[in-house]
Amino acid sequence: MAIDAPIDVAIVATSQTPSYRHFDDTEVALIMDCVNDVITQVGMDRHDIDFTIAGSCDYLSGMPFAFVQNIDAVGAWPPVYENHVEMDAAWALNEAWIRLQHGDIKTVLVSGSGKSSPGRPREVFHLQTDPYYSAPLGLDSVSAAGIQARALIDSGKASEEDFAKVVSRSRRDALHNPNAQVAADKTVDELLAEPYFSEPLRRHDLPPISDGAAAMIISTADVANDLCDSPVWIRGIDHRMESHFLGLRDLTDSPSTRIAAENLGIHDSPIDVAELCVNYSPEEVILQNALGLPEGCLVNPSGGPLAGHPVMATGLVRVIEAAKRIAAGHAQRGLAHASSGACLQQNLLCVLEGGDV
Amino acid sequence: MAVPCAVVGLGQTKYSRRRDDVSLDGLVREAALRALEDAGADFSHLDAIVIGKAPDALEGVMMPELSLCDALGAIGKPIYRVHTAGSVGASTAVSAATLVESGLFNTVLTVGYEKQAEGNATWTLSGGRSGGQGAGGTFAPWMRSYIQQSGAPDYIGWMVAVKDRLNALKNPYAHLQIDDISIEKVKDSAMLWEPIRFLESCPSSDGAAAMVLTNEEGARKSARPAAWVISHAKRTEFSQFPGRDPVRPQAGVECSKALYKKAGITNPRKQIDAAELYVPFSWYEPMWLEGHDIAEIGEGWKMTDEGATEIGGDFPVNPSGGVLSSNPIGASGMIRCLEAANQVRGTAGEYQVEGAKTAVGHAYGGAAQYFAMWLVASEMNPDFS
Repeated sequence: MAIDAPIDVAIVATSQTPSYRHFDDTEVALIMDCVNDVITQVGMDRHDIDFTIAGSCDYLSGMPFAFVQNIDAVGAWPPVYENHVEMDAAWALNEAWIRLQHGDIKTVLVSGSGKSSPGRPREVFHLQTDPYYSAPLGLDSVSAAGIQARALIDSGKASEEDFAKVVSRSRRDALHNPNAQVAADKTVDELLAEPYFSEPLRRHDLPPISDGAAAMIISTADVANDLCDSPVWIRGIDHRMESHFLGLRDLTDSPSTRIAAENLGIHDSPIDVAELCVNYSPEEVILQNALGLPEGCLVNPSGGPLAGHPVMATGLVRVIEAAKRIAAGHAQRGLAHASSGACLQQNLLCVLEGGDV
Repeated sequence: MAVPCAVVGLGQTKYSRRRDDVSLDGLVREAALRALEDAGADFSHLDAIVIGKAPDALEGVMMPELSLCDALGAIGKPIYRVHTAGSVGASTAVSAATLVESGLFNTVLTVGYEKQAEGNATWTLSGGRSGGQGAGGTFAPWMRSYIQQSGAPDYIGWMVAVKDRLNALKNPYAHLQIDDISIEKVKDSAMLWEPIRFLESCPSSDGAAAMVLTNEEGARKSARPAAWVISHAKRTEFSQFPGRDPVRPQAGVECSKALYKKAGITNPRKQIDAAELYVPFSWYEPMWLEGHDIAEIGEGWKMTDEGATEIGGDFPVNPSGGVLSSNPIGASGMIRCLEAANQVRGTAGEYQVEGAKTAVGHAYGGAAQYFAMWLVASEMNPDFS
C-alpha cells in the first residue's frame, strides 16, 4: 500500500553546508548560506515563499529559545507564516509536505541546523532519556549504541567485521563528497586493528561531531517545473515511534522502519539509492534488514552520517543526497531515512522519484 | 481543498503550582485520557500524535517526545513535537489540525504541557541566564508604552486581573482560586515590573491539555458535539529591529487578518462570541484587543472598562480565567484553543458564554513575535453575513 496523497509535491532546490568539526560563526550564519542558496536557485523573492518550517534543538546550543535567532537567517519581515519543530528537519519536511496537501499554498522553505561542537554530545544526548528511570543511570548515547551493537553480535545477526565494512565503504564513498567531514580509504582489516572506544564499538563506528545546516524548497506540481529543471517528486513520507525503554525493544530489529516502509510501498518498484541515517555503523545492518533493499541499491553514496553528522539537519541531508542523485539522473527511485533517539527509536522514511509527475 | 477538521475531545489536568503526584508521563497521559474519553475514543483510534511545549530546559528533558511516547500511546505511530516559544500550545493545535485537513490522517491527538516546578522557569525564560529579567521584564516596557500611547487609566490592568480571577473561580481546572480577589487586593499587591503588580501576573503552573481532532466522519461518530476549526493562522516576525512596533506587532495584526479573512469574518467584535486570548500580564487584554483588530487603536481598554470582556459582556475574553489564572507555558496556548472549542460546544459549564457559536483561541510568544490563532464554530459552515 502506498500513501495516496491528493497533491503531488516536488523538491525544487536543495542546499547544505559542509559538515564542520567546529564552525566559528553562529548557527544563523550556517543557515543563512543555505537559505540564500535555495532562494537563488529557484529565482524567487524570499517574500513569495508561502510557508517556512525549521528543525533545530535548543539543547545543542545550551540556550533556551536558541531557535528564535534562527529566523534571522530565514527573514521574517514583513512577517512570515512559519513553524518550528524541535527535531531533525526531516520532520519539518514532513509537516511541509502535509501542509501542501491543503492546496492553498504552493511553496515551502524547510531548513535544519545544529552545532554540536560547543557541547559534549555524549553528555547532551543523554538528556533525551526519561528523567526518572533512565537518566539517573547515566546511559549515554554512545553506550546505548554499544548495547545495540552487542545485541546484534550476540544474536548472530552481525559481527564487528560487518560494522567495519559499513565504515570502510561509507568513508571511502565520502572521499567524493565535498561536504563530508571524515573521509578515508581504509580496509576492513585496518579498521578492525584499531582499539575499542566503547566495546564493541571503535571510534570509527561513531559519527563525527559536526556543525552544519541544510535547506530545501518544495513546491506543488503546478509550479515545480517553473522553479527548476529536474524536480524530484516526494511520493510519500511516513514516520513511526518505538518504545523509549530499551528493555522493551528488540534492539536487533527496527519494527518502526518496517511499518513506514510498508505504508510507503517501498517494495512496489526497485529503489536505486538509499540514504540512511546511520549514526552508528551497526544501525546500517538493522536498517538494511528491516528495509530489505534490493541488490544493486546504493546505500549512502554520500558517506552518510558516519562522514558528517550536522545534528538536526542530518536527516534532511539524507533527503537532499538522495534527491541530488535522482535530479542528476543517477537514480530513478530513492529512499531517504532519518532517525531520532537512542538505538533508532524513531524512524522516518521518504520515497523520492525522478521523471514526470 | 482542505478536509474539514472537528475538535471532538477535550482533556485538561488540574493546574497547580506543583503536580508532584504525577510524573511528566503521568501528567500528559492524564490530559490525553480525558480527551479520549470525552471523544468516546481510545489510543487505538489515533493516526498521529502532535505534542508541544516550550523550551526543553524548563524540565531538563531533551526532545521529550522520545520519553513520553509510551505514555501517549504513540508506539508504532507518528508523533512529533512543535516548539514556537510561548505560542507553542496554539501552534501545536494548528499543526494537529493541519494533519487532519490534509486528508492523510483521520484522527489526531494533540497535547501541550509544562511541568514548571521541575525547574526554574524564570531562568529558562531569561534564555538560560541567571539573574535575568524573566518574561515580565521583557514585556513591561511595552505595557508602559501602551498605557502612555492610549492614555488608559491605571485601574484597567487591575480590572483585567480581577475579572480573570473571578472567571477562574468558575473553572475547576484553574490554578489560582482567589476567593477574595478585589481591585484593592490587586492594587495593594507587590510591584514586580512597573506597571505589573504581583496579582496582575500569571502564575507558574504544572499542567497539560489535550484535544482529539478528527474529520467529518469521525465527528459524526462522536457522541459529543463537535467544534469545527473554521480557520487558523500563524505569523512570525523578528525579535527586534529599528521601526518595530512591539506594542501592536505587525505579525499579530497580519495573523488575525489572515484568520478572519479565511473564516469570512468582517467584524470580529460582532461576529465572534468569545475569545481566549493569551494574556499573561493584565495589560495584554486591551493590547491584544487592539493588536488583533477587535477594538480600534487606543480603544481596547475601553472595552475592559465597560465590562464588554466579562462573561455576559458583548465580547467575553478569557471566560476560563485565562493565562492569568493558569500558566503551564507549553500548554497555555493549547488551553486557549481548547477553551474556545469548549465554548462553541456549549460544554464550558459555569463559565459558559450563553449562545456562543464562534470563538477564537490565541497565543503569542518570544518577544511578542510569534502568533498562532484558530477560530472555531459550532457549525461546520457558519454564516457570518
